[in-house]
Formats: sequence, structure tokens, C-alpha cells
Amino acid sequence: MRTSERIAAGVLVALALAVLLVPLVAQLDQQLVDLRAANQGPSLAHPFGTDEVGRDVLLRVVYGLRVSLLIGLVAALVSVTVGTVAGLTAGALGGAADRVIMRVVDGFNSVPHLLFGIFIVALFSPSATAVVASVGLTHWTTAARIVRSEVLTLRARPFVDAAISGGSSRLRVVRRHFLPHLLPHIALASVLMVPHAIWHETALSFLGLGLPPHLASLGNMINDGARSLLAGNWWASLFPGLFILLPTLAISVLVQHWRDRANPRRRSELQL
Amino acid sequence: MLRADGIAVSYGRQRVLRDADLTVAPGVVTGLAGPSGCGKSTLARVLALMLRPDGGRLTVDGTEVRRWRQRAARDLRTKVALIFQQPRLAVDPRLTLREIAEEPFHATGRPPGPAADLADEVGLTPELLVRRPHEVSDGQLQRACVARALALRPRYVICDEMTTMLDASTQAHLVARLEAYRTETGAGILAITHDDELLTRWTGPSEGPIVRMG
Repeated sequence: MRTSERIAAGVLVALALAVLLVPLVAQLDQQLVDLRAANQGPSLAHPFGTDEVGRDVLLRVVYGLRVSLLIGLVAALVSVTVGTVAGLTAGALGGAADRVIMRVVDGFNSVPHLLFGIFIVALFSPSATAVVASVGLTHWTTAARIVRSEVLTLRARPFVDAAISGGSSRLRVVRRHFLPHLLPHIALASVLMVPHAIWHETALSFLGLGLPPHLASLGNMINDGARSLLAGNWWASLFPGLFILLPTLAISVLVQHWRDRANPRRRSELQL
Repeated sequence: MLRADGIAVSYGRQRVLRDADLTVAPGVVTGLAGPSGCGKSTLARVLALMLRPDGGRLTVDGTEVRRWRQRAARDLRTKVALIFQQPRLAVDPRLTLREIAEEPFHATGRPPGPAADLADEVGLTPELLVRRPHEVSDGQLQRACVARALALRPRYVICDEMTTMLDASTQAHLVARLEAYRTETGAGILAITHDDELLTRWTGPSEGPIVRMG
């Protein structure tokens, strides 16, 4: 493991511990309004400063990260799972099944996904479930396209012919030969989907359709902070933004490491 | 009898096979020769039920093939084994040589034989069986491919330029292994190669025909 990968793993562990333990241990109220302390810059008492109603930005970032990460992870899981099943079915079955699934994908892609997401989220009251459903059901098409194109490439490989000739069923070929080759691509698609899902959460919250305004999420915080940005209060939106970037970079570095390990040839080269 | 009549195959607008006829008889080595691009490998894939032709008829021991690839009945498609020209492309790079050679057993739910037998049969040491494709030579990999092809005791074996990329001793060993298999089981072998001398030597003992394409 290289230094960058150790740092990435350390950052992720630290963030995970923070979002899991701080709310339990600190027993602090992240909703506590203190108008006397409003719009204070970073200091020892408030390392990330305070927002326009005097709430501690650091504490709210920890709570916000918890909500945003959870929404990002679940939405990414939903979209990549739906996309993988659709792409795998289309690629492995081919023929009419492929044509039907890909026309459905085209249909979904023909509507701007933010607009479609707004439509889905409008069916529910503002909540995390609505945001997850909105992102998951509008973004599965990307994963479906990636998985399908990989399956089509794999299908043409002679080792798949050899497996079929050796009596492998369609399911066994999928399980034994397709999925292990697809996993790094699926993992990467999931990771890339997490920040994208957080971004969508931000957009939907801005439009008043995402999470309720009182709930700390990174999206809500950036929007709250943007209002006081022109007054020079950069900290209220910068720190939540950095905490979108940090886990994204850390996960990307670790996924790259995992991709290297998943490829036996590359793994041998790394050991040399 | 593995019999192809009037096989036609096109890739898009490019017609690669037109009215191709070929018969592979059990117990005999049939040779197939022809210049590059004349459709030998395409015909091999049709014969192995891996490619549906645009026209023509294929029968395996009197049974007409109507479905191809995984849609073909497992009993029918495992009757014909295919050995590829490039072993490196013909194996899943994640699997060990032992997993590659034993894959047909696991796919069909049959118990594989002891590893020592497998190693002995194709000339692989037990130490090589735990290696992955990138850790062995082409010759060693092709030995594992031959073991995989013969695992389910097929009635017909199609060798598509199987020895082209191999050194003389590996080539001799693999041809001898296939000859032993033919004599022991009465299987029919289709030997596709550019090497006229090898073709003559290989088809000689069973007095099999040599078919020339193109």
C-alpha cells in the first residue's frame, strides 16, 4: 500500500468515526441557535466558525456529512444495482431483451435527469427517502450502459466461448466470468455516483424539494452559507464543500488501489 | 459424424463462408488447410456450435443443430470441444491453471479427477497448476486448454491452429496427447493448420482426408 492509499484509508476511517461517534459522545445540540455568536470566523471556540444564526459549523458539518454520506451511499447503491441488473441482462441475453432495455434507457436519458428527479421527489414529501428515490431512479442508466458495453466486450472473448463449450450455463458464465470482471467498473461507478448524489441532494434542497431546511446536510449548509458569502463569510460554505471533496478523493484513491489488486497481472507487477 | 452442409456466414456485408461442406468422422483426424482469411476459424466456431450460420445445416451424430451457444442443449454442445489458436485469449486471466482445466467439471456438476492425474495427462507439474495465466508460458497454457477441452470426453475435438504459436516439443506433446485420446475413445479430430507437414503427419495414422479451403 502506498502512502497516498494509507492517507486515504486514514481519512475515511477518521470521517466514519466522526460521523458515527461525535453525535453519540459529544451530546451537543447542532440546532442550537445563538444569535450573539452569529457569523463568527474560525476560532478556537468554533474551528469552522458559525453560521448566520450562530450554530457551530464544525458540529453541523459532522451531522451534515452523516446525512449526506448516507444519502449518497444509498442512492449510489440503488442506482448502480438497478443499472447493473439492467446492463447485465441486456448484454448477456442480447437480441430483443437488449433492444427493449436500451430503448428504456434512451427514454430515461431523453428527459433531463434533474427535471425527472424533481418529478419523482415531488411525489413524496421532502425527505431523505425521496432524494434517494429521485437520484437512484434517474441515474441507473449510466451504470446500465457501462455494464452492458463491458458485457458485450466480454461475450466476444474466446474464454467465454470455451466456458460455454465446456457446458457452462448462462448464469454460471455471468457469475464466474462476467461479474468478477465487472466488479471494478461497478465499484468505480458507485464511487463516482456518491458525490454526484450529494450534488443532487444539494440541488433538490436548494429548490426546497430535498431535505427539510432544519436538517443539517452538506447541501443545505452550502446553500445556507451561500446567502452570507457576499458578506465575506466564506467559512459557512467552504467547509461543507471541503467535506464533500475529502471522502470523494479518499474513496477514489482506494478504488484505484483495489482495481490494481483485482487485476492479477497488475498485482504481480506491483509485487516486483 | 460431425457434418456441415452448405454453411454460409457473413459478418455484416462481408461474406466469409459460402456453401462450405465438411465432415469430421469419428476415430479419424480430418485436416483443414487454407490461406489466412478463407474462413477456417469461422467454420470451426460454427462446428463447435459457437456461431449461428446464416445458412446451411449442421448435424452432430445425426442430430440437427437448431440452437447455438448457450441455447444449444448442454449434452450436444459438450460433444464438440474447441481448442483455440491463442491460449492467452482462451482463458480467464483470473483463474489458476487447475481452475481452467477443471472448469467443465464444475460447470456440469461432475467431480473432477485428482490434480495429479490432470497434471500427468497434459504434462503440467502440480506446481504449475496453482499459477495464473500470466505466470506461465503459452505452451504451458495451451496444455491446460487441451486438458479443459478433453475433460468431458467430447466426441469431436476441433483444433483451430492449436500448435501455431508453440515450440516443436510442446507441439509434438500436444499432438501425441490428442492422438492418444483419439485412439482411446474413437473421437473425431479436426486439425486446422497452415503447416502442411504437420497436417500430413497428423492425418497419416488414421488415413484421414485433408480438405483445402479457398
